[in-house]
Amino acid sequence: MASLDRTARSLLLAEIVGGLWLTLKYILFRKPVTLNYPYEKGPISPRFRGEHALRRYPNGEERCIACKLCEAICPALAITIEAEAREDGSRRTTRYDIDMTKCIYCGFCQEACPVDAIVEGPNFEFAAETREELFYDKDKLLANGDRWEAEIARNIALDAPYR
Amino acid sequence: MLEWLDLIWSFLIVRVVVGVLVITVVLLLAVAYFTYWERKILAWAQLRKGPNVVGPFGLWQPFADGLKLLMKETVVPSGANPVVFIAAPILTFTLSLIAWAVIPFDTGLVLADINVGILYLFAISSLGVYGIIMAGWASNSKYAFLGALRSAAQMVSYEVSIGFVIVTVLLCAGSLNLTAIVESQRHIWYVVPLFPMAVVFFISGLAETNRAPFDLVEGESELVAGYFVEYSSMAFALFFLGEYANMILVSTMTSILFLGGWLAPFNWHPFDGVLGHAWAMLWFALKIGLMCFCFLWVRATFPRYRYDQLMRLGWKVFLPLSLAWLVATAGVLVATGWVPK
Repeated sequence: MASLDRTARSLLLAEIVGGLWLTLKYILFRKPVTLNYPYEKGPISPRFRGEHALRRYPNGEERCIACKLCEAICPALAITIEAEAREDGSRRTTRYDIDMTKCIYCGFCQEACPVDAIVEGPNFEFAAETREELFYDKDKLLANGDRWEAEIARNIALDAPYR
Repeated sequence: MLEWLDLIWSFLIVRVVVGVLVITVVLLLAVAYFTYWERKILAWAQLRKGPNVVGPFGLWQPFADGLKLLMKETVVPSGANPVVFIAAPILTFTLSLIAWAVIPFDTGLVLADINVGILYLFAISSLGVYGIIMAGWASNSKYAFLGALRSAAQMVSYEVSIGFVIVTVLLCAGSLNLTAIVESQRHIWYVVPLFPMAVVFFISGLAETNRAPFDLVEGESELVAGYFVEYSSMAFALFFLGEYANMILVSTMTSILFLGGWLAPFNWHPFDGVLGHAWAMLWFALKIGLMCFCFLWVRATFPRYRYDQLMRLGWKVFLPLSLAWLVATAGVLVATGWVPK
C-alpha cells in the first residue's frame, strides 16, 4: 500500500503541484517586503552607532574636556587629540580628528566619554567620493553635533533606563 | 491612391515582407516585455518589487537594457575562431525567428501555410542546438565548451519524447498542417484527452529551451554562464533574444497543439472581418501568455536538476510514458473508429 501511495504521488506530481501552488500564492497575494531605500527607510535602534558627533551643552559650551579617554580606548587608533588651556583656564581640545576610514564603529569612544561629548549618532548616510572628506576634524564633528542634537538627545534618553 | 496600394499589395513579395516585418517587430517587443515580466514575476515570488525605476512601473527597463547592450563592445577572445564565434549568435537568433513563418495566428492568417508545418517547427527547433554548439566550440573556453556539450545532449534527449508527443497529437488531428490541427480541436482541446502528453510536452519544452529547472547549460554555479560566457554586447543580446523567442515559440506550440490555438473556450464569435481576427488573436495571445507565465512560474519554484536526474527523466520516464500513451491513443482511435480521415 505504501509503495502504491508513493507511486501515485509521484505520477500525479503531488510535490511539484504543491510547490507551484505555494509560489503562486506568493506571486499573487503576498506583498513585497522591499523598502524603496532612498525614499523609505527602516527603523533604527536608539543604540545605533553611526556617524560621530561632538555635542555641546545647552548654553553652547562644548562638552569635551580633552581627557583623551576616547583616544586611549580607540582600538583602531582613529582618534587624534591635542589640547591646551583656553584663556579662561579651562582645558579644551585644539584638535579633535577622527579618521572615519579607520573607525570600526565599536562605540568604545562614546562609552569611555565621561561627559557624553563624543557620541555615535543615528546618521549612516555620509558616504564620500574622496578619502579626504572622511578625515573628520573638530569643526566637522561639532557641526554634526549641532545638526543631530535632537535625535542624539532622544536616543540617549531612550537608552538611559538600560544603563 | 487606393488603387496604387491594391496594386502593390497584389505582389506576393510585398505581402510576405510586410508579414515578416510585422511578425518580427511584434515578436521582439514580446521578447522585450517577456524579460520585463520575468523579472517582475520572479521578484514577486521572492517578495521583492522588481524593476520599478525606469519609466512608469519600470516599463522602459527592457529598452534601457537593450540600449546598454547595443552600446557596448563586442569582445572576441584572442583564442576564439572569430568567424564561427560571430556566426553562432546570428544563427541562433535567425533560427528562433524563422520558426514563426509557419505559425498560424488565425484561420488563413499565416505566412507560409505549408502541409508539414509541425515537421518544419520540429526541424527548426532541432537546428537550434547548432548555434549553441558553435558558440561553445568557437569560444575556446572550457566553460562554454562544457555548456555546449550539456546542451547538445539535453536537447537531443528531450526531442525524442517531444517527437512522440507530437505524433500523438497528429494521430488525433490527422494532419501535419498547424491550421488543421487547431481546427480539429473545435469540439475539445487536446489538453483534456491528452493531459499527460501536454505536461510531458511542456516539461520537455523547458528542457529544449534550456530553462529552469533544466538550465544546466547555463548552470552559473559551475559553468559561470555556460555556452555564452565569452559573449558580450549585441552578440550576447542575440543569444538572449533567441532564447526568449524560443520560449515564446514553445508556449505557442503548446497553445496550438493542446490549447486549441486561437479558438475561444466557448463557442461565441461576436465579430466579423478584422475584429474577428483580433478576437481570435486575443485568445491566442492569452493562451501564449499563460504558457509563458508557466515558464516563469516554474523558474520561480524549482531548483536546478542534477545532470543525471535530467537524463533519467528524459530517457527513463518521459520516453516510456510518451511511447505508451502514443500506443494507447492509437489503439483507442482504431478501436472506436475515431481515426480522422
